[in-house]
Amino acid sequence: MSTPQRDSVNDEEEFADILEDLRRSWDLGHALRTFKPSVPDTGPPPCSAAELTAAVRTSQHLRYITKEVAVETDSSVEAVEQQVEVILSEMSQNLQMSSIRLLGYGLNKAMKRLFTRVNVNMDGLQRLQPTAQGYPVILMPNHRSYMDFLIISFLSFTYDLPIPVIAAGTPLSKMKLMGEIFRRCGAFYIRRGIGSDKLYWAVLSEYVKTIVRRAYAPLEFYVEGLRSRTLKALPPKLGMMHMVLEPFFKGEVYDITLVPISISYDRVVEESLLAHELLGVPKPKETTRGLLKASSVLWENYGSMHVNIGQALSVREMCEGKIDRNHYNRIPRDLPQKPGEDLQACVSLLAHRVVRDQEQGAVLSPWSLMATVLLQSPVPSLVQEGLPWGALAQRTLWLRGHALAFGARLNWPGGTRESDEVMSSNMSLHHSVVRRRGGRVFLLEEEGFAGRRPTSAEEGVAWRAVAVLMMASHRNQALHVFARPAMLAVAMHVTASRQRRELQAFFVFLLDVFSVEIIFTPGQSAQDFEEACSLLGKAGAIQCCQEEISVTDAGQQTVTFLKTLLQPFMDSYQVVFSHLCEAGVHTFSEKQFVTSVRKLATSLILAGELQTYEALSSDTQANALASLLRLEAVTKLRTAEQTEYSVNKSSVQRIADMLCGKIPLQSVQTAPDSRL
Amino acid sequence: MASDGSSNSSSIPDRQQIARQRLRIIAGHLQKPLDPSDGDISARECSGPDKQPGDTTTNSVPRRRQEVMKWNGWGYSDSRFHFNKKGQAEFTGKRYKLSGMIMPSLKEWFEGTFGANVQHKSFASAVPSPGSVKPPALNQAFVEGVQSAGVPFSSDAEDRVFRGHGHCLHEIFALREGRVGRVPDMVVWPNCHDDVVKIVELACKHNVCLIPYGGGTSVSSALECPLEETRSIVSLDTSQMNRILWIDEKNLTAHVEAGIVGQDLERLLGESGYCTGHEPDSMEFSSLGGWVATRASGMKKNIYGNIEDLLVHVRMVTPKGVMEKSCLVPRMSCGPDIHHFILGSEGTLGVVTEVTIKIRPVPEYQKYGSVVFPNFDMGVACLREVAKQRCAPASIRLVDNEQFQFGHALKPQVSSMFTSFLEGLKKFYITKFKGFDPQHLCVATLLFEGDREKVLQHEKQVYDIAAKFGGLAAGEDNGQRGYMLTFVIAYLRDLGMDHFVIGESFETSVPWDRVLDICRNVKERITRECKDKGVQFTPFSTCRVTQTYDAGACVYFYFAFNSRGLSDPVHVYEQVEHAARQEILANGGSLSHHHGAVATAAAPCQGVQPRRQRIRQQIFRSFLHASAAAPPTNGARVGCLFLLNNDLMNPNGARPDDQRVLISGRTPPRTYPLPSTPAELELYRPSSLLQVVIPRSTPSSLLTPAPPPENAPSPLTLGEVYQQQRLARKTDEV
Repeated sequence: MSTPQRDSVNDEEEFADILEDLRRSWDLGHALRTFKPSVPDTGPPPCSAAELTAAVRTSQHLRYITKEVAVETDSSVEAVEQQVEVILSEMSQNLQMSSIRLLGYGLNKAMKRLFTRVNVNMDGLQRLQPTAQGYPVILMPNHRSYMDFLIISFLSFTYDLPIPVIAAGTPLSKMKLMGEIFRRCGAFYIRRGIGSDKLYWAVLSEYVKTIVRRAYAPLEFYVEGLRSRTLKALPPKLGMMHMVLEPFFKGEVYDITLVPISISYDRVVEESLLAHELLGVPKPKETTRGLLKASSVLWENYGSMHVNIGQALSVREMCEGKIDRNHYNRIPRDLPQKPGEDLQACVSLLAHRVVRDQEQGAVLSPWSLMATVLLQSPVPSLVQEGLPWGALAQRTLWLRGHALAFGARLNWPGGTRESDEVMSSNMSLHHSVVRRRGGRVFLLEEEGFAGRRPTSAEEGVAWRAVAVLMMASHRNQALHVFARPAMLAVAMHVTASRQRRELQAFFVFLLDVFSVEIIFTPGQSAQDFEEACSLLGKAGAIQCCQEEISVTDAGQQTVTFLKTLLQPFMDSYQVVFSHLCEAGVHTFSEKQFVTSVRKLATSLILAGELQTYEALSSDTQANALASLLRLEAVTKLRTAEQTEYSVNKSSVQRIADMLCGKIPLQSVQTAPDSRL
Repeated sequence: MASDGSSNSSSIPDRQQIARQRLRIIAGHLQKPLDPSDGDISARECSGPDKQPGDTTTNSVPRRRQEVMKWNGWGYSDSRFHFNKKGQAEFTGKRYKLSGMIMPSLKEWFEGTFGANVQHKSFASAVPSPGSVKPPALNQAFVEGVQSAGVPFSSDAEDRVFRGHGHCLHEIFALREGRVGRVPDMVVWPNCHDDVVKIVELACKHNVCLIPYGGGTSVSSALECPLEETRSIVSLDTSQMNRILWIDEKNLTAHVEAGIVGQDLERLLGESGYCTGHEPDSMEFSSLGGWVATRASGMKKNIYGNIEDLLVHVRMVTPKGVMEKSCLVPRMSCGPDIHHFILGSEGTLGVVTEVTIKIRPVPEYQKYGSVVFPNFDMGVACLREVAKQRCAPASIRLVDNEQFQFGHALKPQVSSMFTSFLEGLKKFYITKFKGFDPQHLCVATLLFEGDREKVLQHEKQVYDIAAKFGGLAAGEDNGQRGYMLTFVIAYLRDLGMDHFVIGESFETSVPWDRVLDICRNVKERITRECKDKGVQFTPFSTCRVTQTYDAGACVYFYFAFNSRGLSDPVHVYEQVEHAARQEILANGGSLSHHHGAVATAAAPCQGVQPRRQRIRQQIFRSFLHASAAAPPTNGARVGCLFLLNNDLMNPNGARPDDQRVLISGRTPPRTYPLPSTPAELELYRPSSLLQVVIPRSTPSSLLTPAPPPENAPSPLTLGEVYQQQRLARKTDEV
């Protein structure tokens, strides 16, 4: 397929709109195109999905676990084998070309309708061409929308690349018809919350490892584990990562290629759904009927979509000198073995690196910056008085400069002259959230059903919060660009100190507190701090000497802006902390926790004591809880039915006080990330 | 003859007769070299100084090696590969089957594989550059001692240079450039065990460093003289200790002097209808003592066993006496087997002088064979099955596609149209009719030995297994060529070096389930590392599964690259080899299956310590484990085999990690700290069974060789030592 008109982002990589060609061609013609992926002849012999499953079923590893489980559960080996069979049939993919064609047809139609452009970096596509060495390729996209799910497969089909197999959650398989179609498009299904189900764990890991070992097909999985409701990167899940990398650690493959892929949208198809979900409206079940109902979204315009295929990472190179592969030499490789500490650290490092690459590769829309600017103003005034268009435009342009200096990839066509046009067209894309009236920009409240008025003040807060959270999700997409400098800005603000040492200590403390909220690679806080300093230094906002860091006059505005950027998180966390320190709270389930924090936040907002509506987001609340768990201020209790938490009030209070600078920093216990 | 005077039965004709007979025998000796195949063996006493000068009755290796061998390359001076004027590869000389033949496709293969050009030549200097050999630093007292003992010696520069190196790439590369490092100061040629005892005693007495030298084929830098050594270094060349002392036909053993090289041993035994069956690739030049000292492995180990299986008895002269078992038995169970630390000690513990080795009748029938597999995976699966069924022929090797093509390039010119037509037909059948991809197929080469009938039966069994894995029988010719390749590979390396191509081999042993992975990963690593290190052409990196065992296999790698454009090719080579070894270790392979490990200063690998330290630790650990594991029992068990050597106590050198020594055999076992001073050492003397000194590396400070006191006990045999032990224990218990 010829490469259509090119459009440059930051002059770095060239993106091409794949829709342009597709629009010119006949949909059915595209679906029936000859698919000829170039397969290097040195590669392993191809095998069918059935052979793959058979290899898993007969593997030494599984046989061993089967026997073990049989003994543990006091059942016969045959019975356990039956279970394995059930798990496998529920899990396994069944990639078939005809389904890919069907999907190609559907997706082609849908994309043409939804998006004005689908931009893909062509160099990246080139890089996905199989190489002669035939190393297993792991495609690692971020997960922002259901639309992501099959886009890579679609691209592979369109550009003659090997079709990947995709790790998906079991709920998807329960969809009538679609579950099977996805399966035939290469999806294999993984249960959520496997926990300690040893047998399932073994089947899954063997299945994944066999795919990797045989370089059966590129393996696509979401390292974040699930769709990010807030459009912000999630802490990587390491379990799957371990399975994927183990064949390398055990020498079964020479190398593994990780390809971080960043998918970003001007507007996510399910954005209002997500906002509702965060506010406690449950996510609709993934059903085929739901999908059909949702087809109404087809009449909206969602702007453009960017797929940026990042630079491939060689696992071998990344692990060089960090791990001791001899670890696996002393017992047979087929037996399960707990990875050593060096391996765990390395896997975590790799996973975080991929997430970081995904963040950095994401293409930001101008609207992300505009949302960032808008959210700096208090919500009530945005709703009632609005923000003058001129001020918004000028602030956004100012921010654009900073974002570029901090290394963001912006989809900002043309120069500054056409900026006004770019911004207003972007804003009109988000007409459900903001509207421009008489030279001012207003935040729209949720209109409710059929123009209904909110029945209570609480409902009014929730309605307003929908719009705020939708905007926040767009700001979140740009958050990683400013995260490090912003942490430093907060540190300077809270400590009111110039001492480099003191600032760094607080910076590290912030990383700990927000470790689940904003993703940083564990153990690299020193580099992160240096990066923050150098970025702010380059922007002329601070002056760094050996011992001292001071804000320049010109930098005041920048530093204030950055501090305000993180303010919603600071405030939300404080709400959580104060809830936990309330007298009546001792042990609670996560559900109770979310409800009561939301109640507290709503009342605080109504009382005018809390500015940010983001405290209402269940995601933020859960993150705060997870972070306290890591800091060992909250402990998990397992009761029969559900997980409960108990709180250590004094240490929560201490963290809260340290965070607002009331008391100086003391040592905070950080448990190593043990979630595998 | 001599019958005329016999009737008179006086003493004079008797004497005449005897004199004539002696003359005849001597004349016979002198004629021997003309027809070496007509050898003669008999049980003989050590001839010592009586031996005729220049008597090379049974010897392919003269004292002056330079007369027949290359000084900076492999093997005989008259045998080498070269590209003739027509650009065709040719093997000179008359010694080998391949000698005088032309290999038309080698040039194309050579140029294609390495990106080399046969026109580009890098010449080796013909002699060591003048002044590069330092004058010898002789220990006069030692020299006099040797002289009065009547042991031949030399401090001639050429003799010394010859014994200052093995056949590692860096050693040969330096010699080709005329660079000679530290070489021994003197060479001695003991004629028998007693000579060695005398020499070792003298060395201890006069504080001289001894390096045992057998065939000189070492590839573990074992012959390199330590640069930091300040003492006079003497090379103890065992090449003149080359007799078969006796053959025991009832028990099928032979007692042989350790200096004999493989080809002589087999030839001489062959005359009596026997063989050892031990055939390492270097068997033309490597010596029996060397095999023992390096834990050698032979190609036909499936029938005959590796050297540790063949060994019945060994005498080793150590600085503290002679070590040997007091009996010739197939197995014993009194404490750890002393053979197991003599084997693989690489000359650091003493000099192996005499070996009793198992022998077998020469097999009636020998047959080569080969099997083509569609790919390497299938081949490995087949070998695994053969090993599982324990029906491996004398030798079974699986070469990968690259090596198969390499072997093909060595095909001599075909004389008849018919053969070439057959060849073409075979190729057509395999590639076109059977659909084997010529870029993927690989070959297993086979060698069967034994009764004719059994061989044919065995052959069928192996081919049947192969067929299950898609293998096709591919004829004897392919098989034989495969084995030839390994014998001439060292000559081929010299050819490569003439054209800027440098290479080396290394090997490993690995569990079966990792064989494929290790082959792929190591080859890939070599290719990648070469690229990273600036090698301009893709390297030749190939492997073969060369031995099979119950629990794993031995994998042999060849690796070579075109070094044009590199400023320091040897350094690049060492870096790549280091990486390759790292890869082997990471993939669960051993450091070495039979070569021993090179530990160059430039590339200290993880797990590769300096050689001496490594061996020492291994021995030490094995003893610790052995004595710790066995519960003390009554009676005959020798609980303590406590090795003390001066190297162990070197305060500057790294000491074994085990800081405590468990001395068991007393009840209850007690632990003692490692001795670190000579005084502490004395404390252990009563309980130490054995003391082995490493003369080469002994720090002079510690080994101030207290000259053996007048009443020094004579060296003990192990049996005597055992007895002493038992006595000591009894008195203890009392």
